Amino acid sequence: MIGKSITELSKALAAREISSVELTQAYLKRINEVDESLNSFITVCEDQALAQAKAADTKLAAGEANSLCGIPMAHKDIFCTKGITTTCGSRMLSNFVSPYDATVVEKFKAAGAVTLGKTNMDEFAMGSSNETSYFGPVNNPWDITRVPGGSSGGSATAVAADLCAMATGTDTGGSIRQPASFCGVTGFKPSYGRVSRWGMIAFASSLDQAGPICKSAEDAAMMLNVMAGLDIKDSTSIDLAVPDYRATLNDSLDGLRIGIPRQHFAEGLKAEVEQAVREALSEYEKLGATLVDIDLPNNHLSVSAYYVVAPAEASANLSRYDGVRYGYRCDNPVDLEDMYKRTRSEGFGDEVKRRILVGTYALSAGYYDAYYLKAQRIRRLIKQDFLDAFKDVDVIVGPTSPHTAFLLGAKTDPVAMYLEDIYTIAVNLAGLPGVSIPAGISDDLPIGLQIVAGDFAEAKLLNVAHQFQLHTDWHTRKPNLSGPGFAAPSSKEVEG
Amino acid sequence: MTWETVIGLEVHVQLSTKSKLFSGTSTQFGAEPNTQANIYDLALPGTLPVLNEKALEMAVRFGLAIGAQIGKRSVFDRKNYFYPDLPKGYQVSQLDFPIVGKGSLTITLDDGIEKVIGVTRAHMEEDAGKSLHDEFQGNSAIDLNRAGTPLLEIVSEPDLRTATEAVAYLKKLHSIIRYLDISDGNMAQGSMRCDANVSIRKQGDTELGTRTEIKNINSFRFVEKAINYEVMRQREVLEDGGRIVQETRLYDSDKNETRTMRSKEVANDYRYFPEPDLLPVVIDDAYITALEKTLPELPDQKSQRFVTDYDLSHYDAGVLVSNREMAEFYEQVVEICADPKLSANWVTGELLGLLNKNNREFSDSPISAKRLGALISRIKDGTISGKIAKTVFAAMTEDSSNVDQIIESRGLKQVTDSGEIEQLIEEVIANNPDQVQQYRGGKEQVFAFLIGQAMRLSKGKANPAQVNTLLREKLK
Repeated sequence: MIGKSITELSKALAAREISSVELTQAYLKRINEVDESLNSFITVCEDQALAQAKAADTKLAAGEANSLCGIPMAHKDIFCTKGITTTCGSRMLSNFVSPYDATVVEKFKAAGAVTLGKTNMDEFAMGSSNETSYFGPVNNPWDITRVPGGSSGGSATAVAADLCAMATGTDTGGSIRQPASFCGVTGFKPSYGRVSRWGMIAFASSLDQAGPICKSAEDAAMMLNVMAGLDIKDSTSIDLAVPDYRATLNDSLDGLRIGIPRQHFAEGLKAEVEQAVREALSEYEKLGATLVDIDLPNNHLSVSAYYVVAPAEASANLSRYDGVRYGYRCDNPVDLEDMYKRTRSEGFGDEVKRRILVGTYALSAGYYDAYYLKAQRIRRLIKQDFLDAFKDVDVIVGPTSPHTAFLLGAKTDPVAMYLEDIYTIAVNLAGLPGVSIPAGISDDLPIGLQIVAGDFAEAKLLNVAHQFQLHTDWHTRKPNLSGPGFAAPSSKEVEG
Repeated sequence: MTWETVIGLEVHVQLSTKSKLFSGTSTQFGAEPNTQANIYDLALPGTLPVLNEKALEMAVRFGLAIGAQIGKRSVFDRKNYFYPDLPKGYQVSQLDFPIVGKGSLTITLDDGIEKVIGVTRAHMEEDAGKSLHDEFQGNSAIDLNRAGTPLLEIVSEPDLRTATEAVAYLKKLHSIIRYLDISDGNMAQGSMRCDANVSIRKQGDTELGTRTEIKNINSFRFVEKAINYEVMRQREVLEDGGRIVQETRLYDSDKNETRTMRSKEVANDYRYFPEPDLLPVVIDDAYITALEKTLPELPDQKSQRFVTDYDLSHYDAGVLVSNREMAEFYEQVVEICADPKLSANWVTGELLGLLNKNNREFSDSPISAKRLGALISRIKDGTISGKIAKTVFAAMTEDSSNVDQIIESRGLKQVTDSGEIEQLIEEVIANNPDQVQQYRGGKEQVFAFLIGQAMRLSKGKANPAQVNTLLREKLK
């Protein structure tokens, strides 16, 4: 049963062909067998998972269950989970056990989903390769010498490697879509405000958004049905009715106008990625869509604007990690300043420190106008570009990333790493929904297709993604986990 | 050389909401340390603020009360600095778009002259917690009960020219917030805190001098003392050829002096930026109009009404309305005895004196408005004299029986029986033959002495007017 879509698992559970406990045990076994080679989980909570599975089985037996009941899942370790360590990939929170559940976690719990554990991530979601995690990098299941993308690299890997049926991620500049692209899974970033941020550890508050990472657009629709909605605990969440995202999946694409941003097919785009995207666009034409070339004239400013706004917000968001109340504290501080300095020097990794410095600088007296205010102005221009584009088209399609997964350790220059998100970042700055779906394989590595829609047009986006998946099988391709580098369970025991 | 003092005040008022500005935790004063701090107040990862609508309402009502422009789109900002009692590492405040814009209030000086003082702005912000440095050997302790308590910071224009004006402004502010019931305004408990920006300049100069900011002034009296000290200090520095350093100074009430806390050079760069966890607060005219209707009669309006309806002097009216409870108490007294002037005298005289002496408020006055009204009624109808009334008043603080019973049981009723008074007068005349002789000889002053003798003989109970008339008749 492992490796099936949520839709399939849900049917099997409802028909009692398998119990949630059996399914959970199977996933736990696979995590135990495979994850040493992947490092996609920071915490596996076996006991709790089995208890939740048992409770789900009771509900299933009583016929009271909804579609996600009993489905084993994983949460990115950025979501606070009551009683389970929530590290955010950082030494700073390596000992932090949350006394409360994030709204997203609470909603999946209420739906009866089973939490297998917490997935690895770039420290405080700052990274595009999952290499900044205090708990070590995650290895791409398609080639363990390569990165899975980031920051939700653990979740994307766990879904791709069938270590869970579905996972949550968060996307601040591409952190769901880019790893989904690198790992050959479906990653969905909803509009800003669609999913509650309560209990989701903040990186850049005005950009952060939680979303599903799973095997198909249909699965994403099922997850989003649970995740989306107003939360009075998050003042930025929107009071807008949540449609049944599954209801419109099969709408016809006849007459769909697809915008092709010229700027996403420019220098830097690898030929094999471009080819896959062009083929996907042909597929859409067959489904009745028309293609329209469009311009996103300010797209080239998005990475620069993002690397002012996001670090600025992060510099304040991360001030609370001061060693006073919880989390890491340095040994034997001599005074307050010493405690602050050493706690934060020792507790944060280099990339986090770099962004705190950049953000602090951007907000400093004398620089605020030149950096922060200017970046906010660019942000408005970028949003306007999209608004203008959506006057003529229904969705915008292009590559998620200029290339496929790169080698671990290949990108040592921070700016090169920041340019990873060249196609995804503008979507966050504009607060729009975007999805990455598998659309090809090159050299045994998956290629992702990004689809972007207007504000709160999640249903349209899922519909467009689902129709592609009905007519292609890229989303069903799986990495070969018996390939070189994978530890067999027996040898693991020997090594252990 | 003649110097002119320029003062601006920054007043922090703790809004009396039940819960904190951005969390549902209670704001009750005096709880065990850290029992009133929830996961948001502790700044646990992932927690988010939700604005307390009551605090917003209170801020807007304050703005309306001082005739200020209301910010229809106000924005919260993060003010960044590290301190252990600031759990998030930033304070959520308002910088460029405060909820209350320009307004003003009028102060009345001792000579009766009124002066309009501009209010630059007022904004909402959260309070920090408390650091306790002395209680624990070698360690500092943090109490986060106060962290997140809603404050309204009210900034005045530099329109104040003397310490006395500053105190009058502060008292007016205090009276307005008490009328609005948006804060208990208790300075000793810190629910009203005042920082003073003080500078001096040569009389006639148009440029402002370099100012210092004085912190930690926690009573009306200290505001006056701290400013006076600082003005004197600045004058000495300048007259000695020195210059004033822009800095923050701490007022030490024990030594009655101000001293350097931090200079501008080492001041924090707070790196303000809009708080992304909160949307701008947008309010419409309907909201403002609805709140306008909830405004009580404010001190200035009440004072005007007292002058018009009760024929009180501006001074008396001003004293009465300076305290909302006193004004309300006064009106209850008037309702019972129907004598506005006597009521004003008694409320601002005997009663206020008694309360001040015992450190009590009108709300827990040992003598109720009803009883004071009854007492004044007895003066009006001649049952007792004003002088005896003071004795009755004193008795009322210990004796809870009604006014008439007290007068009756202590035999304090005024003697109006002319037979009885005649008897008294005969006795006085008999006992003071010399003085009687002198009076009849034309020495008018002796008459007062004889009246006094009669009153004393009656133990003050004789009706003075009657004694006067009868004595004159007898001595003819």
